[in-house]
Amino acid sequence: MDEVTGLLDGFRALDLTDEKGFLCGRLLGDLGVDVIKVEPRGGDPARRVGPFFHDTSDPEKSLLWFAYNSNKRGITLNIEMVEGQELFKRLVKTADFVIESSPPGYMDRLGLGFFALREINPRIIMTSILPFGQAGPYSAYKASDITCMAMGGLMYICGDEDRPPVRFSVEQSYLHGGAQACVGTLMALYHRLRTGEGQHVDISIQECIVWTLDYTLPYWDTGRRLVKRTGTYQKRMDKTWLRAFPCKDGYIAGMVGGGLTTGPMQARLVAAMDDEGMADDLKDMDWKSISLDAVMQETINHWEEAMVKYFMTRTKAEIQAEAIKSELLFCPSNDIKEVADYPQLKARDYWQEVEHPQLGTNIIYPGFLFKSSETSSKIRRRAPLIGEHNQELYGEELGISREELVLLKKEGII
Amino acid sequence: MTGSHALQGVRVVDFSWQFTGPIATRFLGDHGAQVIKVESLSRPDEARGYAPYKDNIAGINRSTLFANYNGSKLDMTLDLKNPQGLEMAKKLVAVSDVVTATFRPGTIEKFGLGYEELQKVKPDIILVSMTMQGQWGPFSQQPTLGAFFQSTMGFTELMGWPDRTAVIPPTPYPDYIGPWFMLIAILGALSYRDRTGKGQYFDLSQLETGLHFLTPALLDYFVNGKIATRNGNRSNHACPHGAYRCKGDDRWCVISVFTDEEWKALCRVIGSPAWMRDPKFATLISRKNNEDELDGLIEGWTIEHSPEEVMISMQAAGVAAGIVQSGQDLIDRDPQLKHRGHCQVMDHPEIGSYVSEMVPFRLSKTPPQMKSAPCLGEHTEYVCREILGLSDEEFLELLSKGVFG
Repeated sequence: MDEVTGLLDGFRALDLTDEKGFLCGRLLGDLGVDVIKVEPRGGDPARRVGPFFHDTSDPEKSLLWFAYNSNKRGITLNIEMVEGQELFKRLVKTADFVIESSPPGYMDRLGLGFFALREINPRIIMTSILPFGQAGPYSAYKASDITCMAMGGLMYICGDEDRPPVRFSVEQSYLHGGAQACVGTLMALYHRLRTGEGQHVDISIQECIVWTLDYTLPYWDTGRRLVKRTGTYQKRMDKTWLRAFPCKDGYIAGMVGGGLTTGPMQARLVAAMDDEGMADDLKDMDWKSISLDAVMQETINHWEEAMVKYFMTRTKAEIQAEAIKSELLFCPSNDIKEVADYPQLKARDYWQEVEHPQLGTNIIYPGFLFKSSETSSKIRRRAPLIGEHNQELYGEELGISREELVLLKKEGII
Repeated sequence: MTGSHALQGVRVVDFSWQFTGPIATRFLGDHGAQVIKVESLSRPDEARGYAPYKDNIAGINRSTLFANYNGSKLDMTLDLKNPQGLEMAKKLVAVSDVVTATFRPGTIEKFGLGYEELQKVKPDIILVSMTMQGQWGPFSQQPTLGAFFQSTMGFTELMGWPDRTAVIPPTPYPDYIGPWFMLIAILGALSYRDRTGKGQYFDLSQLETGLHFLTPALLDYFVNGKIATRNGNRSNHACPHGAYRCKGDDRWCVISVFTDEEWKALCRVIGSPAWMRDPKFATLISRKNNEDELDGLIEGWTIEHSPEEVMISMQAAGVAAGIVQSGQDLIDRDPQLKHRGHCQVMDHPEIGSYVSEMVPFRLSKTPPQMKSAPCLGEHTEYVCREILGLSDEEFLELLSKGVFG
């Protein structure tokens, strides 16, 4: 295996999270942290969530599990039993980070809350990833991806006007929580490197979603204007602008340009249309000095109609090539297959093959987080099997004999 | 005595504009890093021109959207095309830890501020570049906006209804993934430098970082050949699962039921009407097979109640339900966000009060401390005098030569 230098080689994390927090530990693992996924006996419930390898529902074949638990080793542990808590505390002594996503108060009741862990290891950084945070009127609420997206405000502004507000069909909420949890954890790490003291990092997934809303809060704050869902359109000054244009083999994303910033691009598009005799009266417009806000809806519709006529003679790939050549903002709307085939990603060597010997194959993953002159981030190991590293951690590292391990397993502790 | 700020002593020279970079550097500033945002008078950050404006009056310092993303920073202007302006920039880098940039590939090198140049003035500098598609590659020079490029990344095909064209978030969704990866690189690199003495140059892209939010769908394609598609608000492993219209003007509540226990709880909340005892709703699979009918029946109940009533009664019974919250709900009504202090009222030197958002995580010992966004060039003199140590005469001379243009 090639030598990989990670930003955080040598650090260790104990990862108690369920699906709400997987990504945090995954990102730390990508940076070189030794992340130990601590699962309940029988494995995390998310192992039963698809999609599955070859559509076979099996706790060792969940692609969701694979996706966000790569770069982690895995042990099983029952922290609700006193002996399990003692084992956990022994591991905490060796760790820099504890990441968890249990309901407020749960870890405290087990004697494993932040203050208790700090007694064992004053440098410990504990990161709690919860739907609403550690306290507050909603903090005990049950959550799911869709409730987080709804409570966070993103659903309200997404969807067609004549249909319900809508979420992403590939779940996103917990990923925002996990990514931001990693940010908070690393801030706490920097503080600890300077001062020696750890701290508790308290993440609200809801607040993470609120951070994706662009002008939504400013519009209500500044003028009590409600941003609402408008499908594939944008509403500006009570006029409707198309944001997705049909083309020969699908759709492209973009909008009519005008004014100083986007006017020149629109002019170049119209010039390309004119080359094919399809520019109509658009070629008479001075796109750079136009004020889009002053244009009538009928004119907007007319322009968009002419542009659609032109785009319908071209494929997404042709429009992308044109966009690069002539500096246009229009870009293709891709499905997952087109993303997998996207030339830029291939050129950058983005896709990484990861060995899954138990499945008898390699699987292709999105690879690095960044390219760096000094370090790298990559998938060093696939997601763990249930209890895969019990022997390594409990046996080899903590020195527990095989006989005792058998006993611990029998008693339901690991 | 150690400061109460997590990033005490860290100085960032921030050349980034629009959303992704500025959001990341604001998070740094909130936690005690000294962030110096560098603009120019002739070409300020484009986000200064984005509505809404305070009191609906446009102005270079009046965009509240810009203000939200640029709090806790100092602001100076420099004409980087002026050789002395470039010198000033390098002097600043020489006393800083991190440089951030989100220009198109090649731009920062054209200015004379590429990694090799920066290393000459500060060998352990951490340079973080975030572009849409990366520093090199066949498409690296393609002009893009996050609002459109999210479609190329595959996100918009996955939102909307199966019987219609995809819908598009009105917002540049990848711009709200990129900043977290920028921050991870910056913070990781600061720790790395602390232990090794070395800086580094990061080439990050919104494309490559954002796709990590689609990994399960990508794996499903590579392994099973499945092309993920949009499915409204439905779920493969929960039913009922969707948004239900409630009493009021365009008010909705989402309900998600994952287990048979939760299903029984939902039935009790709704008052156990006869139709719920029909065996065709008894299991997840049978509910999925009759999902259209089930959704209609549930909505027959929710329409009689406010989304607050639906959420509270469902939550009391142990069912995950939530109000589909609008901007108004978030700012005016949500008691949890109030508890968290998510919306902070700031005091801006020109526009007075505006709402800005707190970061979504709270460090127990070093919580965020937010400051107002700066006016254009508000701290040019301060930076020159206090950080670069220029005398009165030196500063005035440079000023007269248009170095701060």
